Amino acid sequence: MNAPIILTAELSRWTLPGSSRVPFWVYTDEPLYQQELQKIFYGAHWSYVGLEAEIPNTGDYKLSHVGERQVLMVRDRVAPKDRGIDDGIRVVENRCAHRGVRFCQQARGTARSFVCPYHQWTYKLNGDLAGLPFKDGVKDGECVNGGMPEGFDLKDHGLTKLRVATLHGLVFASFSEEAEPLENYLGPNIRPWLDRIFKGPDGTRKLTLLGYNRQRIPGNWKLMMENIKDPYHPGLLHTWFVTFGLWRADQKSRMVMDAEGRHAVMISRRNEGGQAEVTEGVTSFKADMSLHDDRLLDVVPEPWWRVADPSHPGRVITPTVTMITLFPSLVIQQQVNSLSTRHIVPRGVGEFDFVWTHFGFADDTPEMTQRRLRQANLFGPAGFVSADDGEVIQFSQDGFRQAGEANATLCELGGTGVEATEHMVTETLIRSMYAYWRKVMSV
Amino acid sequence: MSHRFTPDEVSGNADIGLASLLLHHEIDQLNVAYAAALDDKRFDDWPEFFIETGHYKLQARENFDQSLPLALMALESRGMMKDRVYGVTQTIYHGPYYTRHVVSPARVMSQAQGEVCAESHYAVFRTRPGGAGGGVSEVYNVGRYVDTLVRVEGKLKFKSRLAVYDSEMVLNSLIYPV
Repeated sequence: MNAPIILTAELSRWTLPGSSRVPFWVYTDEPLYQQELQKIFYGAHWSYVGLEAEIPNTGDYKLSHVGERQVLMVRDRVAPKDRGIDDGIRVVENRCAHRGVRFCQQARGTARSFVCPYHQWTYKLNGDLAGLPFKDGVKDGECVNGGMPEGFDLKDHGLTKLRVATLHGLVFASFSEEAEPLENYLGPNIRPWLDRIFKGPDGTRKLTLLGYNRQRIPGNWKLMMENIKDPYHPGLLHTWFVTFGLWRADQKSRMVMDAEGRHAVMISRRNEGGQAEVTEGVTSFKADMSLHDDRLLDVVPEPWWRVADPSHPGRVITPTVTMITLFPSLVIQQQVNSLSTRHIVPRGVGEFDFVWTHFGFADDTPEMTQRRLRQANLFGPAGFVSADDGEVIQFSQDGFRQAGEANATLCELGGTGVEATEHMVTETLIRSMYAYWRKVMSV
Repeated sequence: MSHRFTPDEVSGNADIGLASLLLHHEIDQLNVAYAAALDDKRFDDWPEFFIETGHYKLQARENFDQSLPLALMALESRGMMKDRVYGVTQTIYHGPYYTRHVVSPARVMSQAQGEVCAESHYAVFRTRPGGAGGGVSEVYNVGRYVDTLVRVEGKLKFKSRLAVYDSEMVLNSLIYPV
């Protein structure tokens, strides 16, 4: 057999040691991207699909994506006896089992069942096929015309049902039976930082949906994961961060990752900003900058920011910013009073959609809601400190595209290792993600 | 039998018609001046179309239709607009682009207590000269303006301008106001 030898030749394509030099073909190779969809997005990983708060009532649904596959996140009916153990959240693929039609064309809504418009195949909220016209044929006098063949069983023809796991109102789904339980998938290093935002002090925190922003970015999907694993750029690219001390290299900060190196948390505590050693020569630093209307940055600390330090038992820690990346497609942002999930939806090797869902908490005062909305001006496709991320991602992709096979990015700030750090002057989280990515992709 | 207008009625209707025509014309003139300021990149002129406490909001239709409060840009004073202009001109790194606004004639929805509510449709095209996108003009942001106008020293200004856009996706980023 020659096939394995050809395969081996392909596998040697990543010729450099470690994961600190990422070849440009990682971002531009179309067949490789198709493998990423299979091995990562449709493989043994959990992908974010939405918030429970988006579908509060029975029958509520919304369209979402896992990789390029469109899915419906639905709140199913649950028998009273099961309500303690079943939250009713289902995720099914938006593709009719009959002829493959994307039967649902409403971005959100409330349904009793799903009916494909083409031949009226009808599905329950959980994706089971409930019925279809002319299954038993059509009577014509004594005889019956047509109908489904003998042995046709409704049970065999439901929608594709994804596995679903929820955590404090975050909904994840997986096409794979192999994906480990979500709890293990996230791991003990990441979990405290999710609990801090979503669980709340007494474990009953409810989210309030504030709204969406959507952008289409002409770059490879991994570039957005990297952007939020890269603590090097915010204090350089983003004037607001360095000038107002929201994120910069002289802050107390920590880079955390899971055991696999695929998920991460960038944690930091705001300082006073202004001139300092780290602002010398930084052209984006604006010493004289002040706001005409400082309500744009009316930060009010919230009690839940302060938590027991997971790394140092007995101590407490009060970060003002935590940026969480959950491989492969979710970013969770707390930047002072602004909270959002950001969902990466890949669209081919060189493009992805980036969907921002801003939220608050059910017990927020109207003033806090207003504050979160004002600070939303910093983020999203038009944000003071986010609009430029999409721009540099596009220009990165343009650079990769124009160069040949041999070129690679250089991610060696803080060395070539993949360890957690107690500072932000490092690209360790990018390296750790690519160490994992190489393993999954066998390259 | 059809009603015959008396000479007084004719001139009264003509006055009303003329007043309406003038108001619509005045709003249209404001809209084209606003569009020209943005398309010419005279960003410092942009806050001056608003009163000091004026509001500017650029919001996705899906949020507007569901009464979700999040906006893409939500500025609550001329001061905040100046801060945005500083962002546009000094702090937000972006590939430069031209916009071209095409604004429909205004539709006056109501008038009361010195305030005029008017709506118009808009389409904004984007052209990135030279670089990204290869210089092709593309449909960038399409929607409608929902405005409240007041008269300051004889001139109409925005008390609030809400731009609700249909375009589901922002094409990468949106730096300049719409």
